[in-house]
Amino acid sequence: MIHQQTGKMISEAYIREELKQVKDPEIPTISIVDLGIVTGIDINDKNVHVTLTPTFAGCPALRLMEDMVVNHLNANNRLGEITVETSFETTWTTDLITPEGHIAIKKHGLAPPKRNCSAISMEILESTKCPYCDSDNTSMKSPFGPTLCRSLHYCNNCKQAFEGFKPV
Amino acid sequence: MNSIEALKELLYKMADDQLIIGHRNSEWTGLGPILEEDIAFSSMAQDKVGQSEHLYNLLHQLGEADADTVAFTRNAGQFHSSKFVELPIGDYSFSLMRHFLFDFAEYLRFESLRESAYEPLAQVAKKFFGEIKYHTMHANTWVNQLGKGNEESHRKMQDSLNYAWNYALGIFEPGPAEKILIDENIFIGEENLQKRWLDVITPLIKNSGLSIPSTDKWKPVYGGRNGNHTEHLQPLLEEMTEVYSIDPSADW
Repeated sequence: MIHQQTGKMISEAYIREELKQVKDPEIPTISIVDLGIVTGIDINDKNVHVTLTPTFAGCPALRLMEDMVVNHLNANNRLGEITVETSFETTWTTDLITPEGHIAIKKHGLAPPKRNCSAISMEILESTKCPYCDSDNTSMKSPFGPTLCRSLHYCNNCKQAFEGFKPV
Repeated sequence: MNSIEALKELLYKMADDQLIIGHRNSEWTGLGPILEEDIAFSSMAQDKVGQSEHLYNLLHQLGEADADTVAFTRNAGQFHSSKFVELPIGDYSFSLMRHFLFDFAEYLRFESLRESAYEPLAQVAKKFFGEIKYHTMHANTWVNQLGKGNEESHRKMQDSLNYAWNYALGIFEPGPAEKILIDENIFIGEENLQKRWLDVITPLIKNSGLSIPSTDKWKPVYGGRNGNHTEHLQPLLEEMTEVYSIDPSADW
């Protein structure tokens, strides 16, 4: 597909760059690309098709993010028809969050999720690194927080309550 | 019964269980004994209702009505959920014990379904499995703490376990097509699932200082999978569908 304003070929990398401007509505410092939920970009002559994978099955932001993708690609470019689909084909885990994503999560005041936590346990969630002072001397108060992807913690070092992005 | 009908049967009972327990969990919103528990039950409610929607979507792909229609327009007799999930939230000790017994069953169900020959189901099971680990972890922490807490907390948890037990066994009511599901590698079957469940929860309950009722008292409460429910389901559905009934096109 040719970009109708610049006359250049539209690549997957171009769309991916554009989607970096679409932010998670609940953690506005991280883009949906760095969150790891963009699992497919298919471009043909008339259509750009984006596939997203849900972070949590009950995430209320799911449909909102679909709309945000369509609106963003429609607003800033003339890219023909934009379609978005949510599919479970790629299972999202927090390991799909990019290193830039971890920085963005921390910037929002949340502890980034530990890597490779497929065998999650209470022990793993204890000693989550405090996003304010980087201490490991922390305790988990609850595995459930204000959104489905967050847990509640307390830092014994800087005496600050904080939230963590749950590893899944 | 062919394999598609068997698959629908399986999906309906799973989706209905998730929706009804999700609604019951949500009844703790604003009422939890401490703030963290209020948030925990509300979060789990959100997970379960979300999971039910994805299961209804799989049914929709197999020709059934869309998720909202299926969730909001049936009466109690058309629900395939187990009687266990529709019981009122009761005392907090009962809600915790149900959460423990039900969620470990679901945990093992989704764990096995990750290998299902029906690929769309395997895909959602992988997703749900990652989420439900947090539910079982939460349940086990509380059952352990309260089971080993003081005399009062121990007694409440044991009473709840005694009351919940036969209803919990009802989760594993055999369906009409267990053999087809097993033969076609869609699902391991309720009997196998119950065995795995007993293997996992028995040591955990013992470790919490609690005792499973003796086997001579085991009388599984069946019927829910065939639409035979307690008097508690219809009022729940009426409350859940109140907005939809007033205006089916309402968006909220």
